[in-house]
Amino acid sequence: MITELIYMSGYGIYVWSAFAFTLFSFLSLYVVTKIHYIKEKNKFESKFGALDSKKAEVARSQVVNRKILSSTHNI
Amino acid sequence: MKFIFKFFEPNKIFLITSKAPKYVMALFVIVISIGLLEALIFSPEDYKQSHSVRIMYVHVPAAWISLGIFSSMTFLSLSGYIFKNKNFFLIAKSLAPSGFVFNVIALVTGSIWGKPTWGTWWAWDARITSMLILALFYLMYLVAWRIYEDKDYVLKVTSIITLMGIINVPIIKYSVDWWNTLHQPASINVLSKSSIHSSMLFPLLIMTAAFALFSLLIFLMKYNTELIKIKNKGLDRL
Repeated sequence: MITELIYMSGYGIYVWSAFAFTLFSFLSLYVVTKIHYIKEKNKFESKFGALDSKKAEVARSQVVNRKILSSTHNI
Repeated sequence: MKFIFKFFEPNKIFLITSKAPKYVMALFVIVISIGLLEALIFSPEDYKQSHSVRIMYVHVPAAWISLGIFSSMTFLSLSGYIFKNKNFFLIAKSLAPSGFVFNVIALVTGSIWGKPTWGTWWAWDARITSMLILALFYLMYLVAWRIYEDKDYVLKVTSIITLMGIINVPIIKYSVDWWNTLHQPASINVLSKSSIHSSMLFPLLIMTAAFALFSLLIFLMKYNTELIKIKNKGLDRL
């Protein structure tokens, strides 16, 4: 049964390569998107850390900024 | 109308989009697992194409989703101008990467399917060529966002690209009816009875749902990244 699943009457090479390409594309897109997200978030955190206390207070008053700082493992 | 657009404000949307990815990811893993089992093991082989028909379960959903995303991008770009809401452009921009990847998947898996079915990896057939043209429009759209600094100019350029590209979408859809192509006419019709058997239709719909969930996941991640980028610029202005 396993041999038949892999071989697929001679079409296995086509079927498996099509599925492998699809899953590889999914994984690549996910990883690239996640890296971009982490980069931007780190940039935000370091910029936020460099603000003086007055500016940091103003920035912290915005809900989204607070959300970004707290969303360490959202994705 | 203004009341509805209040819900489309990036600040309000971010409260949802920052939480949603983990749930969408979990749902995607469940649906793709069922879809793969159905597509590779439980669905029957075709009497003519044998097991090579299984390529359909990745090829067709990828093509459908890439067409759907491009149409949505055009609609969003137009809406952005009509309602003067820049968030529509941001949503369109966040949809583009997954649309492009699905387009490439449709082209590559179609090419792999073509070899055992037609005896060739590539033919300048109307459907394949029009899909390739769509990939070029996606590419132009993504490159435009990268190369132009002026925000208003990039909104104009990307909107023109989507408006020009949308002309190609009905050509892709009806190319199998208008010209003699290697592709067969549509087997699935929303308005009339589909000619595909339910044992093949079910895995096809499951895989389509999985692909739609994946594009939603990428959209959410990309949209969150874009919002953080905007907030980064906001911190510079403080």
